[in-house]
Amino acid sequence: MIKNIPLAAAVGLFFTGLYFLVAIFAQWIAPYGMAEVVGGVWEPPSAKHWLGTDNIGRDLLTRMIYGGQTTIFIATMATVISFTTGSVLGFLAAVLGGWADQLLSRFVDLVMSIPSLILALVILSVMPVTVPILIVVMGLLDSTRVYRLARAVAVDIAVMDYVEAAKLRGEGRAWLIFREILPNALSPLVAEMGLRFIFMVLFISTLSFLGLGVQPPMADWGGIVKENKDGIVYGIGAALWPAVAIATLAISVNLVADWILNRTTSLKGGRG
Amino acid sequence: MSDQLVKVRDLKIGATVFPPNAKPHDIEIVHGVSFDLERGKVLGLIGESGAGKSTIGLSTMAYGRGGVRITGGEVWINGRDILQTKNADLRALRGGEVTYVSQSAAASFNPARPIVEQIVEAAVRHKKFSRSEAEKRAVELFRKLGLPEPETIGERYPHQVSGGQLQRCMTALALCPEPDLVVFDEPTTALDVTTQIDVLMAIKAAIRDTGVAALYITHDLAVVAQVSDDIMVLKLGDTVEYGSTDQIINNPQEDYTKALVSVRSIDHEEKQPTPDPLLRVENVTARYKGTKFDVLKDVNVELHPGQTLAVVGESGSGKSTLARVITGLLPQREGQITFDGRQLTPEQSARSREDLRELQMIYQMADVAMNPRQTVGTIIGRPLEFYFGVKGDEKRKKIIDLLDEIEMGKDFIDRYPAELSGGQKQRVCIARALAAKPKMIICDEVTSALDPLVADGILKLLLDLQKIENVAYLFITHDLATVKAIADSIAVMYQGQVVRYGSKSEVLAPPFDDYTDLLLSSVPEMRLGWLEDVVAHRKMESAGN
Repeated sequence: MIKNIPLAAAVGLFFTGLYFLVAIFAQWIAPYGMAEVVGGVWEPPSAKHWLGTDNIGRDLLTRMIYGGQTTIFIATMATVISFTTGSVLGFLAAVLGGWADQLLSRFVDLVMSIPSLILALVILSVMPVTVPILIVVMGLLDSTRVYRLARAVAVDIAVMDYVEAAKLRGEGRAWLIFREILPNALSPLVAEMGLRFIFMVLFISTLSFLGLGVQPPMADWGGIVKENKDGIVYGIGAALWPAVAIATLAISVNLVADWILNRTTSLKGGRG
Repeated sequence: MSDQLVKVRDLKIGATVFPPNAKPHDIEIVHGVSFDLERGKVLGLIGESGAGKSTIGLSTMAYGRGGVRITGGEVWINGRDILQTKNADLRALRGGEVTYVSQSAAASFNPARPIVEQIVEAAVRHKKFSRSEAEKRAVELFRKLGLPEPETIGERYPHQVSGGQLQRCMTALALCPEPDLVVFDEPTTALDVTTQIDVLMAIKAAIRDTGVAALYITHDLAVVAQVSDDIMVLKLGDTVEYGSTDQIINNPQEDYTKALVSVRSIDHEEKQPTPDPLLRVENVTARYKGTKFDVLKDVNVELHPGQTLAVVGESGSGKSTLARVITGLLPQREGQITFDGRQLTPEQSARSREDLRELQMIYQMADVAMNPRQTVGTIIGRPLEFYFGVKGDEKRKKIIDLLDEIEMGKDFIDRYPAELSGGQKQRVCIARALAAKPKMIICDEVTSALDPLVADGILKLLLDLQKIENVAYLFITHDLATVKAIADSIAVMYQGQVVRYGSKSEVLAPPFDDYTDLLLSSVPEMRLGWLEDVVAHRKMESAGN
């Protein structure tokens, strides 16, 4: 299996792994303390500060490492919440049908009709902005998208003869959802998961940039852009580093998701 | 020779396969096939799925479908080797000199445009006719093909004509640009038997009148015998036998051809009904939710233990609906169903586990009847675990016993459905039904998606299992040859009603009602001239018109 990894997937896997490892071991890797002021304002990159310093003289590499930890942690947790809620409710709607399906689907339509960023800003402006609240709000808002996909996929699968055969056998709903539908819905969902994770990274970065996300002095990529954006006027590129980080993470996660999609669909005999 | 149209020499066709958990590699699907075709003649290509017959048919347009490549040999059409010509020449060839009729007309017509527009397109594009000439020609072809209202039927959209009519429109489409060769790729396989006759007749007449040459691809030897001059029997990309139709049908040389000719020769002794029927369907009427039309009207049938009741009819006759009512997926509106002496609740969800266990079902499409993510062992093992609580080594042993019973063996236990052939898949579905130790199995068109020889194997297996397990079958089919092979009693359904019902010998003995007569006479017979005989003696128009 390891031998057959295509190059694109290997590159994606390498960078995704790198980002996650750095995020997990941030405390040990980071050369300085997260909020420690160690030099002058916007110092250029040097042997001491590989990426230079930020708007109040903190080591930018350290900020990036801690920022990655916060961003990836929040995005991962929010993705987990959005996936479990979204897919369980989506499958349930598909299996139950009738009024339960109508009720859930129309509620989801209602939530989706309001742009999620605006809705998130409204909710967060009346709630205390802490990390758990951020995760729950982002996760639940995004679960509407997962619900739509999961329901669409499950409705297709629920009419297959093997699901009918299981129903005729007398199987309960849990078996239908977890043993008949879920394994067959997995590949589109996994591909979607990569995409949703990246949207979460962008979502939390946007919120932080607007000041309603992660609060200082905690670092996160969107926050680093916000703190250093004024430097761009003076030709200082500090704000570009988090942008590069977000872009590379997005690309590598998608390369991995693509590969997983291809691998899992080959079980059915097709190639996606 | 001047009337030589097609000359194929040592044709080799290959493709790249992508097996799970292995590197993609190249395989050869056609290994050096050669044949000739003269103008105005019909060559039948016959074989099971995977024989390469469609692939060979498409190679006369120098085309390979879905990653298939022509890797060697020569295909001469009108005196030039089309494998060596440029793309511009191929464009003139495809749709101009050589045209194609596919199996599913419904999937091949653009639903958003009227039929006639699509028919004249190729002729106009190839500058064979002007638009008005082509339209005139289309009307003429409609008339030749026996379509109703030939002047105006072209203005309809594809969904406004029946399946058999659409298939004939597709033939008109292929004939419109006055091609030299038409490739018919299973043109009647998706149709009901009674409709099949009309389409066959129309195709045969059109070929005769226009003097076009044709390649006729099918898996049904009896059908191809009616239309072709020569027949080539193919198996796994090799020529098995190639000769005149008369020789292939009446004097086959190879064992494989002999097997194809004598297919469906299973003999089944009819059993006498017992005093206590296992299943009694009384005055059942049913309709689908939200409609005001009864799909089943006052149906009464009985099934005796260890016997087979065949329910016969064409698409839309309500035979599958009857199965849905018995299983409880579609509760009946009126009437009642008694099973093994007790009354069955109409709602499936309200039935006891014992009722569910004793009444199993096998589906037409085995590949969608099995979860592609479960191994054969899981698929067969689940009913054992679910109904009998069997686990671990004991379960494994029982699964292996069942695999032996369906003549497959324990090597298959860890395979996925995608790694099985069509016949093996259906066998696994039979084993899954048997695992529940049922008293009755509903078989819904279980052999109609299979090749004739494979289908024969399945029927024999079902009959053997019936002797061992004493299980009763409710056998739903549109194929009367199957019915003759397997049934003890027969119910003929037409438009939601049982029009004829009784023991096999009663139902299949004259005097017939018109519909049963039509149905019986429409089953293709393995002899020359059958088609003409049938059409001459028909009493009733088929439902497709």
